[in-house]
Amino acid sequence: MNVFVTVKQVPDPNSTPKLGDGNRLVREGIELVMDQGDEYGVEEGLQLAEKTGGQVTVVSMGPEKANDAIRKALSMGAESGILISDPALAGSDALGTARAIAAAVKDKGFDILICGTESYDGSTGMVPPQVAELLGIPHLSFAKKLEVDGTTIKVQRQTADGFITLEAQTPVVVTVTGGLNEPRYPTLKGIMGAKSKTVENVDLAALGLEAGQVGEAGALVKVAGVEPAPERQAGEVIPDEGSSGERVAAMLVDLKVL
Amino acid sequence: MAEIWVHVEDDQGSVAPITLEILSKARTLGVEVVGVALGAIASQAAKVGEYGATRVLADARPVYDEYFSQPAVEAIAALAYNRKPLAILFGGSYDGRDIACRVAARLGLGMAAFATDLSVEGEDLKVSVPIFGATQVAAKTFAGEKPHIVTIRPKAFAAESAGGGAPAVEEVSPELPETASRVKVLDRSVEEIEGPKLEEAQVVVTGGRGMGGPENFAMLQELAGLLGGAVGATRAVVDAGWMPYAMQVGQTGKTVKPNVYIAAGVSGAMQHTVGMKGSKNIISINKDEEAPIFKLSDLGIIGDVHKVVPQIIEAVKAKKG
Ligand SMILES: Cc1cc2nc3c(=O)[nH]c(=O)nc-3n(C[C@H](O)[C@H](O)[C@H](O)COP(=O)(O)OP(=O)(O)OC[C@H]3O[C@@H](n4cnc5c(N)ncnc54)[C@H](O)[C@@H]3O)c2cc1C
Ligand SMILES: Nc1ncnc2c1ncn2[C@@H]1O[C@H](COP(=O)(O)O)[C@@H](O)[C@H]1O
Repeated sequence: MNVFVTVKQVPDPNSTPKLGDGNRLVREGIELVMDQGDEYGVEEGLQLAEKTGGQVTVVSMGPEKANDAIRKALSMGAESGILISDPALAGSDALGTARAIAAAVKDKGFDILICGTESYDGSTGMVPPQVAELLGIPHLSFAKKLEVDGTTIKVQRQTADGFITLEAQTPVVVTVTGGLNEPRYPTLKGIMGAKSKTVENVDLAALGLEAGQVGEAGALVKVAGVEPAPERQAGEVIPDEGSSGERVAAMLVDLKVL
Repeated sequence: MAEIWVHVEDDQGSVAPITLEILSKARTLGVEVVGVALGAIASQAAKVGEYGATRVLADARPVYDEYFSQPAVEAIAALAYNRKPLAILFGGSYDGRDIACRVAARLGLGMAAFATDLSVEGEDLKVSVPIFGATQVAAKTFAGEKPHIVTIRPKAFAAESAGGGAPAVEEVSPELPETASRVKVLDRSVEEIEGPKLEEAQVVVTGGRGMGGPENFAMLQELAGLLGGAVGATRAVVDAGWMPYAMQVGQTGKTVKPNVYIAAGVSGAMQHTVGMKGSKNIISINKDEEAPIFKLSDLGIIGDVHKVVPQIIEAVKAKKG
C-alpha cells in the first residue's frame, strides 16, 4: 500500500503564541516541533505500510524549517519526504494550503493520505477535507479506528454521542484522532538511517500553481482586527486542610445547586 | 434583502441544538433566513421555521443519511452556486465541519471556522473568531465570491424559539453525481451515558489525567449523580482510553456552559478551557498551585483529588441529609 502522511511543523505547545505584523503568528525565535496530532498519523501510516508491505511518504508545507518535521517522520520509519516551500505560500489560509498539498500529491498514486484531525496552531481541521475535495476523492474524518482490507478502508468516526462506521474504497483521505495508536519514538538507528533518505523540494512552479491562488494574495478571509477577550477574574485559591469538602458544599448551597 | 442559509443538522431525528442556536442568531441579522434540510430531517421544517427561518429548502431523499457527508456537499454546492446567498452557516460540529470545508473548497470560497459572533452590514459579513484558547478575538471579513462559509461554535448563542409560523417549504432535488455516494454509513453506535447530557447539564464534573486512572472516575460519577450533573473528561483522559470520546470537553470535544463546573485533576490547557470557560461558576482541584486552571476558577483547592473529592461527596451528602 502506498501511504502518504501530512505532517505540520508548529510552535512548541509549551510556548505562548504571539501575533506579529499583519496579525500573523510569530514563528521566529520559537521552538518548532512536529504537530503532536500528526505523530498519530505517521504511526498509523507506518503500521499500515508494515502490514501491507508498502511504504510511507510524508508531506509538509512550510518554510525550510518544516524539514525538521519531515526528518522526524523519516527517523520514525517513513521512506521519503516532500517539502513544499515557496515564499509566495506565506500567509496561506486553509484553502491555499490545501491547494498546495493537493497539487503535490495528486500524481503520486497514493492509496491513502493520512492527516491529523486538526493542527495545534491552525486548529480548524479544514485542510484535510479540502485536500480531498480538490482531489475529488472521499475523506473519512475523526477516525478513532482504521482498518484496511485490500482496497476497502473502514473507520470508526467519532460523533457527538458515539461513533459511526464508514466504508470507502481507496484512494481516500483519512483524518486520525489521538488515541488510536501509541506513536513510536525514533530509534538511534532510525535517526542515522534518516540522513540518507531523500526529501523532494517543490516550489509553486513545480506545483503548477499561481501566486494568486495561495499565500496572502489568495487568502479570502481577512483579519480586520484582534482584541483581547473578556477574561474571567480568578477567585480564591486555598490549600486543602481537610475541610475543603465543606467549603465546596457551602458554595453549592449558595448557588442553589444543593 | 440579503439571504443567509443555515444548514439543518440532524441529531437522532430532531433538529440539532446547534442549528437552533444558529437560527436564533441569524434571525436578528436583518436578513432572510433560509434553512437547508437534507435527508430525513427535511420533515422537521416546522421547527426550523419556529426558530426563525422563513423558508426551507428541503430534500428528503434517503441518500443523505445512507452516505457520509458528500451528498450534502454536492447538493449545497449546486444550490449555492446557482443562487448565491450572502453566506451559509454550519454547526461547528463533526458533521457541519466536514460538509462546510468541502463546499468551500469546491466553489473556491472563503471560510471562517468556529465563529462566536456575526454581523451583516449591507452586503458585508463580519465574524468574530476566538483565537489562542479564546484569550483573544479576531474580527474577520471576507473577500471573493459569495456565499461566504462560516461554522459556528456550539453554545455561542442561546437557542430561543421565535414562535415563528410554518416556513415556506421549497422542495429541491439537485442532481447528485455518482461520486456523491462513495462513503457508506455502515452503522451508528451510541455510547450510552447515564444521567443528563453533558451539553445540557447544569453541573459538570470533569476529570483530568490527575485522576490517576479510569477506576477513579467512579467517585466523579457519584458526585455528579448527587448533584444531578454529568461527568466530563479532558482529551488526555479520552486519548488514554479511560473514558469515551463523547465525554470530552474542549476545542475538539464539547462546549459546556453549566451553572457549576468542577474540574478535578485538570491542568487547564487552553484547548480544554475554550470548551468550559463560559461556565457560570468554576471550582477546581489540583495538587499544583501553579496549575493554569486556577486562573479562571471561582474557587480553587490545592490538594489531592483522591482526598478532596471524597470530602466533597461526604459534605454534599450531609447537606442533602
Ligand atoms: C489541536 C488540539 C486540540 C485539543 N483539544 C482538546 C480538547 O478538546 N479537550 C481537552 O481537554 N484537551 C484538548 N487538547 C489537549 C490539551 O492541550 C491538554 O493536553 C489536555 O487538556 C490535558 O489534559 P489534563 O488536564 O487531563 O492533563 P494534564 O495536562 O497532564 O494535567 C493533569 C493535572 O492533574 C494534576 N494532578 C496530578 N495528580 C493529581 C492529584 N493526585 N490530585 C490533584 N491534581 C493532580 C496535575 O498537577 C496537572 O495539572 C487538545 C490539544 C490539541 C493540540
Ligand atoms: N502546512 C501543512 N503541512 C502539512 N500538513 C498540514 C499543513 N497544514 C495542515 N496540515 C495537515 O492537516 C491537518 C489539520 O490541520 P488544520 O486544517 O490546520 O487544522 C494537520 O494535522 C496536518 O496533518
